[in-house]
Amino acid sequence: MTGTHNSLRQFFAFAAAVAASFAAIGLAVGVSVGIGDLPIPLATTFSAVTNRLGWTAVMLNRIHETVIWDYRLSRALVAAFCGAGLALSGAVMQSLLRNPLAEPYVLGISAGASTGAVSIVILGLGAGTISLSTGAFAGAFAAFFFVALLSNGTRGGADRTILAGVAASQLFNASTSYIVTTSGNAQQARDVMFWLLGSFGGVRWPELALVSVIVGIALVACLLYARVLDAFAFGDEAAAALGVNVARARIVLFALTAMMTATIVSMVGSIGFVGLVVPHVARFVVGPLHVRLLPACAVVGAIFMVVADIASRTLIPQQVLPIGVVTALVGVPFFSIILCRFQRAS
Amino acid sequence: MTIKADNLTWKIGRKTIVDEVSFVAQPGKMLGLLGPNGSGKTSLLRLIAGLRSPHSGSIILEGRDLKTIGRRAIARRVAFVEQHATTNANLRVVDVVKLGRFPHRSMFSGWSLADDEAVETALSRAGMAHKRNDRWQSLSGGEKQRTHIARALAQSPKELILDEPTNHLDIQHQIGLMRLVSGLPMTSIIALHDLNHAAMFCDHLIVMQNGRIVASGTPENVVTEALLRDVFCVEARVEASPHHARPHIHYLAR
Repeated sequence: MTGTHNSLRQFFAFAAAVAASFAAIGLAVGVSVGIGDLPIPLATTFSAVTNRLGWTAVMLNRIHETVIWDYRLSRALVAAFCGAGLALSGAVMQSLLRNPLAEPYVLGISAGASTGAVSIVILGLGAGTISLSTGAFAGAFAAFFFVALLSNGTRGGADRTILAGVAASQLFNASTSYIVTTSGNAQQARDVMFWLLGSFGGVRWPELALVSVIVGIALVACLLYARVLDAFAFGDEAAAALGVNVARARIVLFALTAMMTATIVSMVGSIGFVGLVVPHVARFVVGPLHVRLLPACAVVGAIFMVVADIASRTLIPQQVLPIGVVTALVGVPFFSIILCRFQRAS
Repeated sequence: MTIKADNLTWKIGRKTIVDEVSFVAQPGKMLGLLGPNGSGKTSLLRLIAGLRSPHSGSIILEGRDLKTIGRRAIARRVAFVEQHATTNANLRVVDVVKLGRFPHRSMFSGWSLADDEAVETALSRAGMAHKRNDRWQSLSGGEKQRTHIARALAQSPKELILDEPTNHLDIQHQIGLMRLVSGLPMTSIIALHDLNHAAMFCDHLIVMQNGRIVASGTPENVVTEALLRDVFCVEARVEASPHHARPHIHYLAR
């Protein structure tokens, strides 16, 4: 009897958590949509969405509707999915590599993406047929395979993977700097640098469709691997002794995070510190078990990124800060706290 | 017969770490694995647990070659307690013990009553039931080791493999842990450094040197002055203890 009672209570707690999460993300997105040169009240945004879904038929200002649908809503939603994806990747990396300072770019993915992007923009590879995003995506995966090769495929341990990632980051960052400094076109170099720091400007519905599908699939897949990630708590060897197919789990999980990170980086640039900071925050709230941690990361990451996007547009009037600057300004102090805590523990 | 090793050889590069090792573990008995540092004990245990594949030879588990058994199926009957395995995840004791149910659950199956029972039994056998909600980082060395053993027991194994589980523990916890393991009904294979503890608690001893087995038998037959001199390079006198009748070693200062 108590068993069914408990599971019923658990179900209601779960439902409440899901509802609260969606409400919080919705609120953040609503506020984000409302802020800009043309302020839009939350109620208008809400009605615009319910109108479009066919639930209501409220008369709205045409201009408001255009701004909401053509610019701000897609941007806010892309920010939410990018935040969720980066936080999720960070959580998976930290568990798989057993390193609290691991983050989505630890496999050299952002460095590879930047090299790919500058190769397209400055060197003119692909002769205009492929976009900056495609180049970034290709670069990201090149870096990922470089790291996989260097860390001895799946047999290399966590430390080896991290070292290989550091080496790859150095190599690709150096390549990027080389290309940028030797190029004669300063404006192009500036554009690329601005893009590298991250920007949600210019993202619309096609980008949302792509990022939502990728992050959605990855979230479900990672959740299926939640128990496997728990089993990695005491290392690869302990996981193997528990019956985990370590090689397969590493390939699948690294590929999922690489896929998410590469998609996000190629779309909005390399936004730092979200993937590092959010998993730690989520762990404080829901504990280390991945069944709870992964969804919590997705939710907190989404909210954090939408709020950071709001901050990037409002901190300095008439100017949009690169989103990477905002996340780092929040992230670095937090990173310092983690470092201090880590020092005391060891 | 539960586990049988047949001519096991394992190498790192050109270096032979485990050299044509054969032995049989008797069901329900405690098999002690002794030897100086670097004699290949840990490597041999990893081979037996199926964490490494031998270059030649085979491990036979209940009549089947270990190579032909899947990882999960092995983990359902052989549990392995590593040397000081730790984590920076701040898990509760009960969460760590629940990890032991991993091989018994499929990707989609929920938590069952059988899982609950196995975890409860394991917690109380290992004497960690009262600490179930304590966090990993707050545990002492002995409690961490007991938690690992509880996790291993939650796997409901028929064979338990332990790699120097008493390392870094004070004497009370060393004896307590040896008592706990020797009282378990399953077959256990345990690597040890303390020869007196091995002689007191183990039913059968194997001594390794440079990857080979150099002695094997009951504690009375294995723990001898000649062996201590040849393998461990120490002078000692061995006598039957008047208190527990097992061999007892007096190391000589000079």
